[in-house]
Amino acid sequence: MTTASATPGDDRVKTKSTSATFLGMPAVGAVIGGLAVAVLFLSVAPAFRSVGNIGTILYGSSTIGIMAIFVALLMIGGEFDLSTGVAVTSSGLCAAHMAWYFNLNVWTGVLIALIFSLAVGAFNGWLLHRTGLPSFLVTLGTFFVLQGANLAVTRIVTGGVSSNDITDMQGWKSAQAVFASSFKIGSVTIIIPIVYWIFLTLLLSFVLLRTKYGNWILATGGDDKAARAVGVPVMMTKTALFMGTGFGAWLLGMHNLFEYNNVQSGQGVGQEFIYIIAAVIGGCLLTGGYGSVVGASVGALIYGMTLLGISYAKWDVDWLKTFLGVMLIGATLVNQYVKRKADSR
Amino acid sequence: MSPVTVHDNVAAADRAADAPILELDDVGKSYGNVHALRGVNISARQGEVTCVLGDNGAGKSTLIKIIAGLHDYTDGTMKIDGEVRHFGSPRVAQAAGIATVYQDLALAPLMSVWRNFFLGNEIRSGIRLDIPEMKRIAGEELTKMGIVIPDMERPVGGLSGGQRQCIAIARAIYFGAKVIILDEPTAALGVKQSGVVLKYIIAARDAGLGVIFITHNPHHAFLVGNHFVILKLGRVVLDAHRDELTLEQLTGEMAGGQELAELSHELRGADPEKVVAPHDVEHGSITPELDS
Repeated sequence: MTTASATPGDDRVKTKSTSATFLGMPAVGAVIGGLAVAVLFLSVAPAFRSVGNIGTILYGSSTIGIMAIFVALLMIGGEFDLSTGVAVTSSGLCAAHMAWYFNLNVWTGVLIALIFSLAVGAFNGWLLHRTGLPSFLVTLGTFFVLQGANLAVTRIVTGGVSSNDITDMQGWKSAQAVFASSFKIGSVTIIIPIVYWIFLTLLLSFVLLRTKYGNWILATGGDDKAARAVGVPVMMTKTALFMGTGFGAWLLGMHNLFEYNNVQSGQGVGQEFIYIIAAVIGGCLLTGGYGSVVGASVGALIYGMTLLGISYAKWDVDWLKTFLGVMLIGATLVNQYVKRKADSR
Repeated sequence: MSPVTVHDNVAAADRAADAPILELDDVGKSYGNVHALRGVNISARQGEVTCVLGDNGAGKSTLIKIIAGLHDYTDGTMKIDGEVRHFGSPRVAQAAGIATVYQDLALAPLMSVWRNFFLGNEIRSGIRLDIPEMKRIAGEELTKMGIVIPDMERPVGGLSGGQRQCIAIARAIYFGAKVIILDEPTAALGVKQSGVVLKYIIAARDAGLGVIFITHNPHHAFLVGNHFVILKLGRVVLDAHRDELTLEQLTGEMAGGQELAELSHELRGADPEKVVAPHDVEHGSITPELDS
């Protein structure tokens, strides 16, 4: 420990050491947890050590991570979104139904789905602003509305519970190339959402830490009255964050649609909690104003490693959620402990 | 917004040096049939501290909200640099050079010092934040005010209440405020911390700002104030310059003055009798010397 104490004004305040500064970063608990999980499965599951499986693990993580990073930003901005899980399904269904029902180019359906997803986000933000209700309640409402609409509209359009086949329609090939293609690096298969996930993680982390919008997000979640008093457009910031989760839902929804060629209308329920868990493991506070985008991605990676590690280790996969629950509590405690340690140094 | 020092302010220099920057003339505010504020005359001049005192419910918060642009007034006129103004939002008031430092909602506690200092007025180079520059300026401005915070990355939640108030004051000065309104800055602070804040009020005054210091502590007010206004039930009951009154008079007025005299007369009949004998506590090394 090297602590310099060069403070003329107040000798109680010492300059923080480098290690304490590192431990004070929000993502550090997730990184430690991620290493622990990796070491655990590397030692118990031989298949986990195979290089070829890296792509599979990253893919599993990316389908959580793409949403988790947007959810993390929203949580740093002080709000929740419980509708994210079904919003992914809604977006996929919207694109498929629109293209099939009106016989449009697939790309037009994709574009309509984007507008729809952003509009759902904007609506959540607007409703929050107009009613003054907690976002937990507002988005719980949106969650049920979307869940019902997914089932009902699918039944009206197709007469069944899943979207119709649109693989022979115009634009399918190119859209599939954009949303669900894959390539190989050595023996590792990279499915395209992994690329989007990593790119968006870097982009959103930059936005949070290095732009004024990041400053606004932190302030909005930390103390919205203080933020408003110095002229930060609080409601606009929050609405933009909700639209961000809408964008994430669209991207993931498009991937699901073009990867599996159809969307089940009942999918997605419960996923919203996985995203929130990833964000919390990554160091986001439930009260807002603090957290990390990179941390949320590491949280998603922990989920991906656990999901596949359990099956690679030939454990009973039924225990996955139990394991996740333990991880959540554990990670939160580690975060809290590390933060206190870092603050007290 | 770029920092403006008073010397650059041509409009202010053209006018007489003692002309008020902010002038409230017979200002009133009614909510329906409730008159929260009636006939208030207050002015703030460069390099002068105007103290507004009053008990709970006297109309202090309504007055702040009018000046800060949260509410519009319904009677009278408010002039900034001699021009009648109605503020539509806090943003407009800030643009007119009026900064308000609220007691409880000044800073986001989990954000670092420099992020708070530049919140809403971030310095950028291109799209990126210019972090080294912001840290440097924040450090300099705080040092000017006499606060030393070695680590600009420290979250403000870890600082003392007085230091937080001072960051908010330094921020307002840096961003070109002409009038700064302090809403009970010492109410939640201890003696030493209050002293720190009072020193910065003087520093802000000496920097050429008009300071409006809202408080219910006449002792704090008398230490720094040039001009004193006492509000009671939405009206001004005292408006005096420093040399026209003493601390005793000010305290007396604040404590209720005439009302307190009446109250003591009324309560004279109630003789508080002993219910139980006081506990006989062993005194330590301290012997009470009541007569000395």
